Amino acid sequence: MNDTVTQPQFTQAILSPTMDVPAGLRDAKGDPAGKRFSVYRNNVAVSLTEALITAFPVVVKLLGEDNFRILAGQFLRAHPPTSPLMMHYGDALPDFLQTFEPTQQYGYLPDVARLELAIRESYHAADTDPISPEALQALPPEALMAAKLELAPSVRLISSQWPLFQLWQFNMTGGPKPEMRAEDVLITRPAFDPQPVALPCCGGLFVQALLSGRTFGEALSAASTHNPEFDLSQSLAALLAGNAISRITEG
Amino acid sequence: MQQPLTHSFDHLPAGTGVGYKPQHFQAIMDNPAPVEWLEVHAENYMGQGGRPLAQLRALAERFAFSVHGVGLSIGSESGLDHDHLDRLKILCDWLKPAQFSEHLAWSTHDSHFLNDLLPLPYTNETLTRVADHVNQVQNHVGRRMLLENPSSYLAFAESTWEEFDFMAEISKRTGCGLLLDVNNVFVSATNLNYDPRAYIDAFPLDKVGEIHLGGHDEDEDSDGAPLLIDSHGREVVDPVWALYDYTIAKTGPLPTLIEWDTDVPDWPVLADEARRADAILNRKSQAAAE
Repeated sequence: MNDTVTQPQFTQAILSPTMDVPAGLRDAKGDPAGKRFSVYRNNVAVSLTEALITAFPVVVKLLGEDNFRILAGQFLRAHPPTSPLMMHYGDALPDFLQTFEPTQQYGYLPDVARLELAIRESYHAADTDPISPEALQALPPEALMAAKLELAPSVRLISSQWPLFQLWQFNMTGGPKPEMRAEDVLITRPAFDPQPVALPCCGGLFVQALLSGRTFGEALSAASTHNPEFDLSQSLAALLAGNAISRITEG
Repeated sequence: MQQPLTHSFDHLPAGTGVGYKPQHFQAIMDNPAPVEWLEVHAENYMGQGGRPLAQLRALAERFAFSVHGVGLSIGSESGLDHDHLDRLKILCDWLKPAQFSEHLAWSTHDSHFLNDLLPLPYTNETLTRVADHVNQVQNHVGRRMLLENPSSYLAFAESTWEEFDFMAEISKRTGCGLLLDVNNVFVSATNLNYDPRAYIDAFPLDKVGEIHLGGHDEDEDSDGAPLLIDSHGREVVDPVWALYDYTIAKTGPLPTLIEWDTDVPDWPVLADEARRADAILNRKSQAAAE
């Protein structure tokens, strides 16, 4: 019998709990390793499950930890990490939640997972110094309209047809019970802790336009075309409070 | 890129260090005693900014650092991940750690990263591969590395080398140093039924630049034989302290790390573990001075 154990065989046996243990593995007496191989199966499954539990606290809360562990067991076998940076693990979870039969009925779950991924990305994003609100106020109106606002690398935007911010707040900080409406959630990092906030209607269009490099004026009209009542001051205040504007480039 | 650091710790002191956990930041800044240096898992500090790097920046002005990789997969059959080598180089060039180490293990196959330190058979083929990879790492990162002995739960029928000889040969071929995890020696010796002191006796101790101590869990295999699991989730047990004492008696004082990675305790518990290692190190330094 061939005693060679290749890494593809080892990998496959780890990710398939019912598969036979590779034949060339031995215990202390030189007998087949048997249950000893489970140590590796357990280490991999437990460490990846714990990483997901840490990364997605609100999804865990919404599903219940026992249910989440079952889901994680299936997810980690279908989507093992593709990078040794565990800070990125789970980026396939939103799509998995969408297609995983037992969670399909909870339509908002994928967006909750997207929000939690965005919060983690924001946490690890590069540091930048913010502009002061005065620098923005100092611009004459035409110059402001033609200017581009560069947003910090820690800024993220998630537009959802669900009350995503309310769901997050209700589960993380005990906010009021969510009421059904679509929400655009802006994530900024005022210092080290990412801060999600719900933007008023069409604020998402405004921020999205800034993120894609459009001028202030173009961003403003993107939002007010959809909503003539668009309240610029709230969106701008959210960006400034979050130290989210890192540069003004005059047009 | 991160602002450059100004410290200059070119070696780890031959005292105790701990694996750094963010929840201990303030306690360490206030009163680190008896801890003299810190170790971080490289992969946790490969983000672009934010709190993790800000904490390292503050700590690195006061403490010598060891960067300990857990994701390079140095025993990988499919070669090293060059993006990951680049990330290691960026981190080491910025933090300027006194030491850099990785494991005699693999964790990635075909871009699947399994987040565990998986075992290698000790054959001529794996020896050539690991030595080649250690050379690549040292060339790419631009510094000498230390290679750590694994904890073993099983053996490979195909192995033709003893682990200590295998590691000695890698060190000889590459010039790398070795990191001796005394708890791993105890765990492997129990699981594979050999004498841990005989392993220490046969190990190339003159190449050891750092020692690890950590806690393990006790289980048994399907035949009822003891099976120890390297969990890093509790205090170091007495037989491991005894094996450490035995080792230090032979090597003299060496930088010694307490590893506690799961169910991380409050700082005083970790500091107590470091104090226990420190007592053994101090006794040996005094004995050496007399």
